[in-house]
Amino acid sequence: MWAYIVRRLFIGVALLLALTLVTFVLFFASPVDPARYACGKNCSEDQRDQARAALGYDKPVYEQWGLFMKGIVAGRDFPADEELRAAAPEVVTHCAAPCLGYSHLNSSTVNDLVVDAAPVSISLALVALVMWLVGGVLFGILAAVFKGSFIDRGIVGLTLVAYAFPTFFIAVFFLKYLAVKWELWPYPTYISLEDGGLASWLGNLIIPSFTLALVFMAGYVRMTRAFMLESMTEDYIRTAKSKGLKQRTVLFKHGLRAALTPLVTMTGLDFATLLGGAIITESVFAYPGLGLLTVQASEAWDLPTVIGVVVLAGAFVILMNIIVDISYAFIDPRVRLG
Amino acid sequence: MDNFLSVRDLRVHFPTPDGVVKATDGLSYDLAKGKTLGIVGESGSGKSVSSSAILGLHRGTSAQVSGQILLEGTDLLTITDEEMRLRRGREVAMIFQDPLSAMHPYYTVGNQIGEAYRVHHDVSKKAARARVIEMLELVGIPQPDRRVDDYPHQFSGGMRQRAMIAMALINDPGLVIADEPTTALDVTVQAQILDLLQKLQREFNTGIIIITHDLGVVAEMADDVLVMYAGKAVEYGPTKELLTHPEMPYTWGLLSSVPDLTADVEEKLVPIPGTPPSLLSPPSGCAFHPRCRYKDQVAGDLCVTQQPDLTPGTRGPGHLKRCHLTDPTVPNEEEVARS
Repeated sequence: MWAYIVRRLFIGVALLLALTLVTFVLFFASPVDPARYACGKNCSEDQRDQARAALGYDKPVYEQWGLFMKGIVAGRDFPADEELRAAAPEVVTHCAAPCLGYSHLNSSTVNDLVVDAAPVSISLALVALVMWLVGGVLFGILAAVFKGSFIDRGIVGLTLVAYAFPTFFIAVFFLKYLAVKWELWPYPTYISLEDGGLASWLGNLIIPSFTLALVFMAGYVRMTRAFMLESMTEDYIRTAKSKGLKQRTVLFKHGLRAALTPLVTMTGLDFATLLGGAIITESVFAYPGLGLLTVQASEAWDLPTVIGVVVLAGAFVILMNIIVDISYAFIDPRVRLG
Repeated sequence: MDNFLSVRDLRVHFPTPDGVVKATDGLSYDLAKGKTLGIVGESGSGKSVSSSAILGLHRGTSAQVSGQILLEGTDLLTITDEEMRLRRGREVAMIFQDPLSAMHPYYTVGNQIGEAYRVHHDVSKKAARARVIEMLELVGIPQPDRRVDDYPHQFSGGMRQRAMIAMALINDPGLVIADEPTTALDVTVQAQILDLLQKLQREFNTGIIIITHDLGVVAEMADDVLVMYAGKAVEYGPTKELLTHPEMPYTWGLLSSVPDLTADVEEKLVPIPGTPPSLLSPPSGCAFHPRCRYKDQVAGDLCVTQQPDLTPGTRGPGHLKRCHLTDPTVPNEEEVARS
């Protein structure tokens, strides 16, 4: 087991390395000059070169990548150019390991940006996860138990509606009607746990998280229903029935138990993806999470921030993958003792 | 004779968009306590479907079940779902074909067997566990106090089937239905499982219905045999008589398609030509006529136009056959008798 975990972690690190490399190469393959963005519109040739040196964009790609990797392992100082650092030691910023880079656009290290933004995305994802799991699995079971009845058709029909409307539409719809027009709920703004306590943190997350959860919930209803119906045709369900077990026991102890296993995988991966930021939801609700940070950084060609967020989001997905695989050993005795 | 189980004119029909599938169509048989009935037939002949009806496993599905299933005088088709549920496992238990898929992969063997006991007995988990260990020992699982916490996949195929038998017998039911209990097992293990079933049958005085397509199993286990074809009984009688002097061409066919170890290497098996009929639109007249090599020996086209009744055969009381043939002796009797 431990050898397996260590091996998986090694593979994960290798994947992250490849991920950063690909992101670097992709960025430099574009015809846009990031130094021009950093310098501004009315910028002379000299100023632009200076900005390029400060950002480190004058070095070859592989060297920039090497510096980035060095920052992750050992930390580094900014500006990237040694001469600039020597000329003005008072503006040098130290970025401790694991250093994700320095954003000139925000005049701060990417680490600081991420540390501010990640709790927002994590909060959104966490509340959404609870919502879509509870709603999705519950309605999925209900639909499976009453397969073919109006309850089943109603639930499946509603999931189609939730699927069909794009997230930005649902987000704006909720904002306009729930928060603005009918004033059923205060207009959501992000308030952290430390600042506002549990009630205000959660209250403000309800609408954005529900928006985010809705499309996942629709998917989970359908998957739970399908997995449940599949497991109810298994031979061991017939065995359970022929023992004289109550319908409830057959459904939940025997049917649901098997149906839940594939859901664990999907939950882990979906949650990991959301941890990296919910771009549309965060943008519409102006929640300063990783998604919004990514959008702003991409628009401004703020390469260090984009790479920092990509690496972080990638790390979430890779780590969650490993956790899901390990959790299988606890869920399925055939994996644990096989 | 006072029968423990009497099935009368049992019909299990499945409505489908293409018409009604008559999986079991007018089946009748009797079983006394402590005796064994073998139900033989090809895949899709309605063997399993008719036995599932005894456990009421078609309840809550679209299947239409009619007739009578009298278990100690109570018609299992007229009682409520809850009454049926209370009888499942306690009065009628089932042993399935593939014990690996018939057991839940996520629960221990002990948990699954104990569950069968606890649903019918108001006992503590500890008491149920002790009872499970006792049953595992009885069915010949070594170190039952340790193996009780194993998962099904940690058992070998034979041990799993032993555990299934323990699960079926833990409530001491009067009737056990064994649906192809040895088909998924190695030949050497098959004999052990059959021996175990017989031993436990003597001990508990259990009535057993053994569903199989293996005539060897029938010869070993059954007191009576019921041969099914296309949802109907085509021959029914005491095992010894029926296997040595069958009077219906389908039974002849079954017997002569069994390999014989003592026969000449040169000797060929005689398979039954064709495939089992569709239950959606069964052949006219005798359902077996398209595959029957002896229909020429019946006057006119009786086999094609008229379904034969189940009539008394020549092999004593209780022997019934469904055939138009007037001379019910096997053309190559020697060959059949040897198998």
